[in-house]
This record gives sequence, structure tokens and C-alpha cells, in this order.
Amino acid sequence: MPDFDLTPLRAALADLAPQGRTALLPALHAAQSLYGYLPEPVAAEVGRALGVPLADIHGVIDFYSMFYREPAGNTILRVCADPACALRGADSILNAMCRRAKVMPGDTSFDGRYTIERTTCLGLCNAAPAVNITQYDPATQTSGDISFARVAPDALDDLFAARGRGADDFVGGDLNLITVLCGRGRAATLEEYETVGGMQAAKRALRKMTPQQVIDEVKQSGLVGMGGAAFPTGVKWEGAAKAPGGPKYFVVNADESEPGTFKDRVLMEGDPCRIIEGAIVGAYAIGASKIYFYIRGEYPTATERVQSAIDELRAAGYLGKNILGSGFDLDIEVRRGAGAYICGEETALFESIEGKRGLPRVKPPFPVTHGLFGKPTAINNVETLSKVPYIITHGAAAFRRYGTEKSAGPKLFCVSGDVARPGVYEVPFGITIRHLLDDLAGGVEGGKLQTILFGGAAGAFATEKDLDVRLTFEDLRAAGLPLGSGVVMVFNETRDMRDMLLRLTKFFAHESCGKCYPCQLGTQRQMEIIERVREGKMLPGDSERLTDVGWTMTDASLCGLGQTAASAVLSAMKVWPELFGKKKSEVRSRKSEGKGGKKVVAKKQKR
Amino acid sequence: MADVTLTIDGKAVSVPAGTTILKAAQGIGEHVPTICFHEHCTANALCRVCVVEVEGARVLSPACVAQVSEGMKVQTRSERVQRSRRTILEMLDSAVDLSEAESIQPMLKEYAADGERFADGARRDHPLLDDNPMYIRDYAKCVLCWRCVQVCADDAQYTYAINFGKRGFETSIATFFDKPMPATTCVFCGQCVGVCPTGALKPKREWLLQEGATPDEIMQATRAERRRKRKA
Ligand SMILES: Cc1cc2nc3c(=O)[nH]c(=O)nc-3n(C[C@H](O)[C@H](O)[C@H](O)COP(=O)(O)O)c2cc1C
Ligand code: SF4
Ligand code: FES
Ligand code: FES
Repeated sequence: MPDFDLTPLRAALADLAPQGRTALLPALHAAQSLYGYLPEPVAAEVGRALGVPLADIHGVIDFYSMFYREPAGNTILRVCADPACALRGADSILNAMCRRAKVMPGDTSFDGRYTIERTTCLGLCNAAPAVNITQYDPATQTSGDISFARVAPDALDDLFAARGRGADDFVGGDLNLITVLCGRGRAATLEEYETVGGMQAAKRALRKMTPQQVIDEVKQSGLVGMGGAAFPTGVKWEGAAKAPGGPKYFVVNADESEPGTFKDRVLMEGDPCRIIEGAIVGAYAIGASKIYFYIRGEYPTATERVQSAIDELRAAGYLGKNILGSGFDLDIEVRRGAGAYICGEETALFESIEGKRGLPRVKPPFPVTHGLFGKPTAINNVETLSKVPYIITHGAAAFRRYGTEKSAGPKLFCVSGDVARPGVYEVPFGITIRHLLDDLAGGVEGGKLQTILFGGAAGAFATEKDLDVRLTFEDLRAAGLPLGSGVVMVFNETRDMRDMLLRLTKFFAHESCGKCYPCQLGTQRQMEIIERVREGKMLPGDSERLTDVGWTMTDASLCGLGQTAASAVLSAMKVWPELFGKKKSEVRSRKSEGKGGKKVVAKKQKR
Repeated sequence: MADVTLTIDGKAVSVPAGTTILKAAQGIGEHVPTICFHEHCTANALCRVCVVEVEGARVLSPACVAQVSEGMKVQTRSERVQRSRRTILEMLDSAVDLSEAESIQPMLKEYAADGERFADGARRDHPLLDDNPMYIRDYAKCVLCWRCVQVCADDAQYTYAINFGKRGFETSIATFFDKPMPATTCVFCGQCVGVCPTGALKPKREWLLQEGATPDEIMQATRAERRRKRKA
């Protein structure tokens, strides 16, 4: 084994070591930045410094796809293999890159210069195809990450030289209550944010309102979580506020990794102060003294901009001790993920901040009483928090002028795929899918509409007949479509949906944490069967196998990942039975039997 | 603690608050299968073969950790429950060598799990690891119940010699950089071997006997290795 000079590592660890295990991900990031990967002596030194057992260090490194125990190329190129990028030629770009570097996907070139990998959605679906690049310079022992959006086939030189390109996001819609400063190619400064009324909410809340008044206002606004679960935000805050014990924590969930989702990135890159203001108000409401802002590892630009916004806010007295003279102290820390979709699940995210493998916990107990470090915690999505300043500044009633009774306020949709203008659209809840698709996003491109994937990889397929469904929680539920994280991914009639399903099932097989059996085994088996569907080589009984695996994951998995990992497949089986060797009539009779065809499946089980 | 009344498969039962559905069911003689659950280990609810249907719940509940509540209606053998249990067992059987898993074999029969149903799927075929004089590690038989990792850590020994490798289907039990056991913090207390339900961890002697070694050969093998370890 080559010798590694551990001196720079020891210096880097000096600040982190006193924190102990919670500093493990930051320490591993720092170490990898120094050495290009995490060789054994480096990993061992990190363990010693932080007091973490070596076997656990191994477990953590192995869990996160952006950490490497084996030497990686000085330039690591991660090419998105998920649907929106596939539609725009990601496969041929990956192939061209591999030919040029003379490697297979997943390998490192002989000269050690390049590692080329397939990766899961990079949150740049509106600017597909996308590549994420880590570049390491052995001479200076430094490394940096960049994103490369809208990769053209002739961009290979730039890719290999790690000259990145941002997303130049399109932000549109009928409203701009929360996106007014987004999509301008740079982050709004604190001053710009203040010019459009920013920081009024923090001032109002901390100076003029009690925590309970803040909670009541948010409850009255009808604001619910935008991370996928749609839980009422005010109720969550009240739970954390009333929970006994402390210290309490407030967590911003910016792990955005659901395929097709990029709204949180657009908010962080465009208007980071708004999100942090929402978190300050939330922290005040629950009585937290520390905010953790957890951003996925593949979002270098967002991370940088959030960090600068924090610096600005701190300098202006919005963070730190005795904020705005209110007597309220609040600290904030940015944490970087390292390549794991599951860390968006709230309890897995806590584990990750605690320096562990990102494995979801059994609930109950719930985060409001037993969250981060076992303490009362409120965790919210970036978009959820972006709406808080408006509610506090203008009042719940003003917020409720938009949307419906049950789906209040504005909503962001992530439109991608075969549309004229992919982007983030801010609209009031309640517009129709047709309005979003045709009037705002400019309609389907490349042929007639085949389908829309709603809600992401964990979503379901809509067709022509659903276009007049209104975009609200209640209407979508009635139509059997999940709102999820606001994904609207459009496919024209020329697209092979079997290929798209294979990508979605690969996504789940890659991202299952492996904790519980139904998902650990089921995501693998589901992918294998869909591989056969894709090749047109289904085995007798595959359709029943898919249904059994699908419902078993849905019913018996420990967390939301496994519980929704079959959602798109089960939906596709209803929409395109012919792809699975079934006639449409068979499926109709199944549907009419009620809940998800469970009865039929149960009968089939008695082989 | 106050008693809670619920029904399990239609039978009314009263148990102290905080009791798990598993214990409540056992109390009235209802059998709920379990794989990962162990009386002396922290329950992590990972195998999910203990799932039951609780009226009004969106998904099935793991009986080993889910606590009873007043008026709860539990079904331990509904169609949904049976399908999940059977499919989990079929998938497990197709990925792992369950031939020596004495507690799981009867479940495969009871749920009529078809071992061939996913026969063409990937298996977790790990090579057998024979790197110390005390026990062998045959991870092709590992069901990832976590017990060994837990007894090695906070559930008993506080030794932390083993943890996990990779994730998802490819998860495995691993040491730091896959080092052999003598090069880890392992103190050969044998607790991991004691809690392993599948024969993946097995005393070296037992394994050598199975392999047809003579008592003399066994003495030799373990003694030689012990000496080697002492020197190291
Ligand atoms: C597999 C999985 C991934 C998730 N990923 C995210 C995510 O990236 N961002 C997010 O805000 N919520 C995500 N969630 C939802 C969170 O668990 C949690 O509900 C949310 O952060 C709460 O914030 P909200 O109430 O503001 O939505 C995920 C859930 C699951 C099950
Ligand atoms: S459902 Fe999947 S991701 Fe969630 S705990 Fe189980 S294995 Fe992990
Ligand atoms: S960035 Fe490729 S699909 Fe989202
Ligand atoms: S015994 Fe309950 S989940 Fe394994």
C-alpha cells in the first residue's frame, strides 16, 4: 500500500474531531477532497479522530455512492441515466464518453484520469441531459464539484476538462409569490430579497409574535408539506413546540433526489434567503436553537449559494446570538449528503447527520418527539419553508386567496420531458393539468401526448383522459395520481415506456437502503422482471410475480421508499396491460373488483 | 400500566399498554412468524414476515414492534398478510441459501413459498470466509437479520468488529476494509455465532466436522491457527 501523508488530514480533522461522530460525513468529504478517495489509512485516521469504530466507518463509506474506498479517477463524471435525461440523449453521451476514455460505465481509465459512472436523477431534468463532475487535483490536494446541464454531443472536451455549465432554469407560471427572484442565473442577494419584502416575516415573528401565534397563523394558512407527505406544517411545529425535552432542532430537507424533481434546487440557487427565513421562523416557533440545512451531495451550486446567504444573514444579524434584539439565539449549519436518495426520508436524514448509514428508523416514535439526536425536531422541505415568509408577512387569509380549501396557496410543479418549455412553474393549486401543460409549458413536443408521469419515480401515469383534472391534493387523489414532489414528466407517443419503467425500477434497486426485506429484495426482483419486459422476453407468471412483489413492497416495507417503489409499475400495468402480456379487458374486470385488484391477486396466489 | 383491550383474529384480549402485537398474539396462542426478532436484541423490524393487518391502517404493521392500542382490530392471517409473508419468503429463498436455517424452513412450508418462483434472479453468493480458529462466516447463508452486528455492538459486547458493506440488495456484513477477523477488534466471544439463525456463522469445529474432517485434523487446524494468531 502506498504511504499517505496524514498531516493535512490531521489538520483538517482538528476542527471536526471535537464534534465526534456527527462530523463523520463532513470529515469523509474533507478527507476525500484531500486524497481523491478514502484509502484505508485515511479512513482509519478519520475513525480514530472522531472516535468512531472502524467497522462503522466502512459501513458509512460503503453506503454513500459519492464516497470511494478504491482509487477513483481524478475526474469523476456521473451521467444521469434517469428518464428526463434519457429522452434527451444521455445514453449516447455516456457511450461517447466511455469510448473516448476507453472505459466501461462504472470503471476508471487505466491512466487514472477518469471515472465514468451512470447516476440517478441530478435534479437538472429541466436542463437535460445532465452530468455531475468531481475534479481532484493531486498536486494541490483539493477537489471541487460542478454540474453540467444541457450536455450537447459536441461538449465532450468541456466535460473532460470539467468546465461546467449551470442550468439556466426557466421559471414560469401564473404566480410569483415565492419564485419572483428565481431563474435569473444567480442567487438574489439579501438586499435584493429585502427589496421585495424579504425578512419582514422574521422581524414580525421574532419581535411581535409569540411562538404559538406563529404556529396558529401557519395552521390557519392550510400550509402542508411539499416533500411528498403533505402533512400540515403548523401541526408539526406545534408537536415539536409542545414536546418535552431539549435542545430542539429544526432541519431543512434539501436532499431533493426524487427523479423529475428540481424545484428545491431552483429555489436554493435563486432565492436562498427566503428558505432560511422560513427556517428561522420555524425554529423560533418550535424553540429550536439550531438549524441543520441538509443538501444533497450532487448540488454544488445550491450548497455554495445557501452557504453565502447564511454568511450574509449572519452578518446582518438575522442569525447568531440575540437575533433582531429578540433574545432568541439561533445557529445554522449546512450539511452535505453524499449520494443516497433515501437520506431524503426524514429519519434516514437524521441518521446521516448523526454520522451513520442513512437507514430509516421505525416510526413511531415520530421526529417531533424523538428526532435528530433523539430530540424534538421539526423537519421541512425547502418549498414548504419558502412559503412561510409570505404567510407570516401577509397573513393566512392572503395565502388562502390562492388555491382551494383543502389545497391552499401556490404550488411549484417541475415540468420536464417532451414539452416545449421544461421548467419550474408556480401556479395556484387548482389549475388543470391541461393549463399547465399546454398554456404554460408550451405543449407536448415531438408528437402527441402518450403519458405524464406524476409524482416522480414513486408516482403514477396520467393520460389524455386526465388532462382536465385539477391540480389539487383532493382532485389528484380521486384520479389516482399522487402529487408527490410536484413532478410532471411528459412523454410523447414515440417513447418506449418499457425502457422508462426499467430506468425507474433500476433507480429503486440502486437506492433501496437494504434495511427491510420487502424492499431490499423486492426492488431487485422488480427490476429483473422489468428487464425481461423491456426485452420482450417475459416468462410465464411474470405478471403475477410483478403484482405480488409490488403489493408486498407497498404493504410491508418499513419506509416510504419501499412503500412506493412499485407505484409506477403497478400504474403502468393498469394503463398498458399489453406491455405485460395482458389484454385490456382482463385488467378492466380486475379494476372493477375494487382496491388495486388485490382480490384477483390473492386468488392467483393459490397455485 | 393500564390494560388495553383489542381483538386479534376476532378474539378479544386485554394486555398492559405498551405490549407489542406479537406478545399479545402469543398470549392467546396465535402464532406470528418472526425472523429478525430476538428477545435479547434491539428490535429493528426489518424482516417484515411478522406483519399483520390492523384495521384502518394504510399499510401492514410489524407485530414485533407495533404496540397495541385500545379497540384495535388485528388480523394475523388476512390475504394481504399472507401474500406479503409468502412473497418475502420466496424472494429470500431465491437470494440466500436457507438450507440450514432451521427456524425459517417450517415457514417456507407453512406459507407454501415456492422456492423456484424467482429462481432466475440474482443470488447473494458470497465465498465462505475461514479466517480464524473460532468460527467460519458463510455469508451466502446470511439473511441480514442484523443480530450479529448488534450483539457485537451496543446490544452486548461493545466490540464493534463488524458492520455492513454496500446497500440495498447488495448489503452484506463486513469488517473494516474486509479484513480477516483476527485483524479486527473481534475478541472471539462467540455471541454472534450464538444468535445467528441460519448457519452463516458457525463454530469452526462444527463446520470442520460437517466437512468430514477427523477429530485429529480438527485439533490441528484450530491449534495451528491459534498459534499463528498468538504470534501475530
Ligand atoms: C424515500 C423518501 C425520500 C424523500 N425525499 C425527500 C426529499 O428529498 N426532500 C423532502 O423535502 N422530503 C423528502 N421526503 C419526505 C420526508 O420524509 C419528510 O416527509 C419531509 O421532509 C417533511 O417536510 P414537509 O412536511 O415540509 O414536506 C422523502 C421521503 C421518502 C420516504
Ligand atoms: S423500504 Fe427500502 S429504503 Fe425503506 S427501510 Fe426498507 S429497505 Fe430501506
Ligand atoms: S437530471 Fe436526469 S432525470 Fe433528472
Ligand atoms: S420479526 Fe418483526 S420485522 Fe422481523
